[in-house]
Amino acid sequence: MAYSSILDWIQFNDVMSNPFYPYQTYNLPFDIGYKLWEIIGGLIAWIINLIFPDNGVSTWLISPEVSNMFALVLFMVIIFAVAFIVTLISLWMERKVLGRIMDRRGTMVGMKGFMQCIADGLKTFMKENVIPRKVDKMTYMWTVSLIIGTSVLIACMIPLSPRWFVVDYGTGLLIIMALFALAPFFILVSGWAQNNKYSLIGGMRAAELMISYEVPMLIMIATTCLLAGSFNINDIVNAQFDTVWFFIPQILGFITFIFCATAEAERVPFDIAEAEAELVEGWQTEYAGMKWGLIMLADYMRGYVSCAMVVIMYLGGWLIPFASAEINGWVPEIVFLLKVWFVFFIMIVLRGALARVRTDQIVNIGWKIFMPLSIVNLAVVLLLKMGGIF
Amino acid sequence: MTDEVYQQPSVQEISGLLRNRFPGKVEVTGTEERRVYAKADRECIHEICAYIHDCLTFEHVTSIMGNDMIDRMEVIYHLSNYFNGVMIELTAEIPADDLHIRSVADIWAGGNWHERETYELFGIIFDGHPKLQRLLTPDTYEFYPFRKSYKLRGQE
Amino acid sequence: MMSRDVIDIKAEASAINTDKMWVIMGPQHPFSHGLWTLKAQLDGEIVTDAEPIIGYLHRGWEKECENRTYPKIIPMADRLCYAASMTYTHLYCMTVEKALGIDIPDKAKYMRIMADEICRIQSHLMWLAAVGTDLGNLTVFLWAMREREFFMDINVRLCGARMTTNFPRIGGVRNDIDEEFMMYTSRCVERFEKAVWDIISLIDDSSIFVSRMKGTGYLTRETCVNLGITGPAMRGNGVDFDIRRDDPYDNYDKVDFEVPVLNDGDSYSRYMVRIEELFQSCKIIKQTLQKIKAIGKNAPYRLKVPSKVPAGRAFARLEDPRGESMMYLVSDGTDKPYRLKVRSPIFVNVSASKPLVQGSRIADVPAIMAMIDMCLGETDR
Repeated sequence: MAYSSILDWIQFNDVMSNPFYPYQTYNLPFDIGYKLWEIIGGLIAWIINLIFPDNGVSTWLISPEVSNMFALVLFMVIIFAVAFIVTLISLWMERKVLGRIMDRRGTMVGMKGFMQCIADGLKTFMKENVIPRKVDKMTYMWTVSLIIGTSVLIACMIPLSPRWFVVDYGTGLLIIMALFALAPFFILVSGWAQNNKYSLIGGMRAAELMISYEVPMLIMIATTCLLAGSFNINDIVNAQFDTVWFFIPQILGFITFIFCATAEAERVPFDIAEAEAELVEGWQTEYAGMKWGLIMLADYMRGYVSCAMVVIMYLGGWLIPFASAEINGWVPEIVFLLKVWFVFFIMIVLRGALARVRTDQIVNIGWKIFMPLSIVNLAVVLLLKMGGIF
Repeated sequence: MTDEVYQQPSVQEISGLLRNRFPGKVEVTGTEERRVYAKADRECIHEICAYIHDCLTFEHVTSIMGNDMIDRMEVIYHLSNYFNGVMIELTAEIPADDLHIRSVADIWAGGNWHERETYELFGIIFDGHPKLQRLLTPDTYEFYPFRKSYKLRGQE
Repeated sequence: MMSRDVIDIKAEASAINTDKMWVIMGPQHPFSHGLWTLKAQLDGEIVTDAEPIIGYLHRGWEKECENRTYPKIIPMADRLCYAASMTYTHLYCMTVEKALGIDIPDKAKYMRIMADEICRIQSHLMWLAAVGTDLGNLTVFLWAMREREFFMDINVRLCGARMTTNFPRIGGVRNDIDEEFMMYTSRCVERFEKAVWDIISLIDDSSIFVSRMKGTGYLTRETCVNLGITGPAMRGNGVDFDIRRDDPYDNYDKVDFEVPVLNDGDSYSRYMVRIEELFQSCKIIKQTLQKIKAIGKNAPYRLKVPSKVPAGRAFARLEDPRGESMMYLVSDGTDKPYRLKVRSPIFVNVSASKPLVQGSRIADVPAIMAMIDMCLGETDR
């Protein structure tokens, strides 16, 4: 058997030409994952072939089926890594901006303070895994896993551009909403399972919070979909490119939705479920170490998803208005993320300026202010639709 | 018998009224600008305090404190008027073998904790107090630390 | 006594017929600024009963004083309250001077009340910071702490320490002040009068802050007085009484200031009273600086006093930032006090926490108790 060059084993195939390619359109992270696997898999196959010439494993490793499978794994890793880094940047941004609002400098460890996030992560991960003796162990562990799991799932499912997505459902916005609304249930059960009065009250409050903002929020999502004529995220973004950004016709909805999104992410002024002034840490009281670190990460992921929803629904998604298709085709992901961080910046300023509302006040706000506003918003959109403007 | 209500009694009025209203029970020992010092009989301390509260409009009890004079105990009341800033210092002496005095917590709710504190630190029992339990020190203490008979370590 | 909407809320809550739950808030709890416990009985979110528990910090302060000579108690009096240490030292010195029957120099009197007002501003800013965290906002906390830092610097220039100042002495004050200090202080106060509007507008212009405070912790004037609540919390309930004005000590009768009184009786009026007191304190500081300047550089500021206090009794009271504080001294003619009693305002104010929080929601408990401005050093003594 003659010596075979490594280049014989690495062939850069077009990802679209793979017979098992799972999408209809071009997917950038899948492409990256595919190319990565071609390099890694090719390397492994070449080494194995050097030691055991003419074995079946080497050819198996670079066959289209196997390439596709490992490309999918790498694809998932890439999607998660990007969502993770975006979340870390939001966290870093919050620390720095909030610090400046409060007249201090924020974190200062390495890379303008970004390394503090890594340090905090490592610290929480190295903590002992403490489970209180009197909790309901199974529920205690499962609920927190589900809270973190659903949050990570939706954070990964947010498409950054037409070429950066996990699934391209016709009902994309609804699926994200449905997953988003799951966490309060787990919080309620988790508060119950912890056998702690603060956690119990915190869990109850999470449910109370949910019934107050969820309905107006869904009405506003329906309004946006009505305006765009589709539940598909891609279609909503393109509709905004064709007309105007939707925050102009539904300015009421935009403002209300920002507040609803703040409540959805459980941030000040609506963080009543973990109100540390009276409830210590609310439903998170009994979680320590790594679990708490992951809950914190999940919180920021939810914050990122809330902001992404605002961007998709009202701020034109990943497209720059009046720009040519070529410009919009360069780095739509970066444009999208910049908009997300802008919305997150608004949330940080809100956090810096406002106090926490009371439980009865949030229900009042939800049903007496958000609800009528969202219905007025719906009426305005209906009139615009009927008038043929959109 | 209804008494005339004075909202802003002067120092002279107070000493005169106290003497006349409780002859033999209250002894005004001295007056100063905005201050009246008096000694009261412990048997009728509640009536005197009720009179001072209702008719002389001393709405506020600044403090109720105990004092151990070894051969006797004292309970000292500082009462203040919110309309002219006059204070009455009322001293009631208690024999050391019978540490009981009527509680005034029903007249001034603010005196409640002062009496509890005096009870736990001096062992003076306030009859009629709604909740005479230890407040600052642990419930397990069986001694009264502010009495002169309680010596600190290294005090001798 | 409980003439307020408690009864209505109770009726509303008991219609659902839920079990009641005792929640122990403290001693390690973010809302208890210091070590104390509030046991609250909850019906859903509504507090139906409450009981404060104190004593975690009881050091036997009064007993300890009986074993110390008079000058040695001055630094101990600093430790009664960390946020406004000067007032207790001042009060102690006043009490002993009264027992000695001496009158201290005018300059010392002005310097003492100036120091008192500096401490009042510090203490009120500390309270403002605590209000911020209790309502869930950290910006107020850090901004108030930033402003407080300027007054800490004044303390350092005045006597060399930031918190436990040890400045007043029996018979006067520790040291004189110079031109530079006066210039620095007046500049600081003028700056502060403008800068504090940052914080006030952040709170007052925000409907969330105001709605969290308005109507909570309501007490009638009669209840408030009967419970013995003193200080700004009392003046927010419509009691027009301030020891500085109505029972003046040192030279408070020679300076011009107003006593803010509001009649609403809720947390918001208590908040407003404290904010207004900040400005009044600034006014007093500016006046005292002028008076000290007028008295002249080489005027005496301290008297020599005997170490033994003649047998007798004396008491003095003073308007602490938190309320009415009083010390009562029994001396037996030696160089140590026979008995020294401290009347702390918070000791009584916290005993009123049941009527204060009863009937309100658990979320309002921190906001209501913040208006009392807890300080456990003086409460437990």
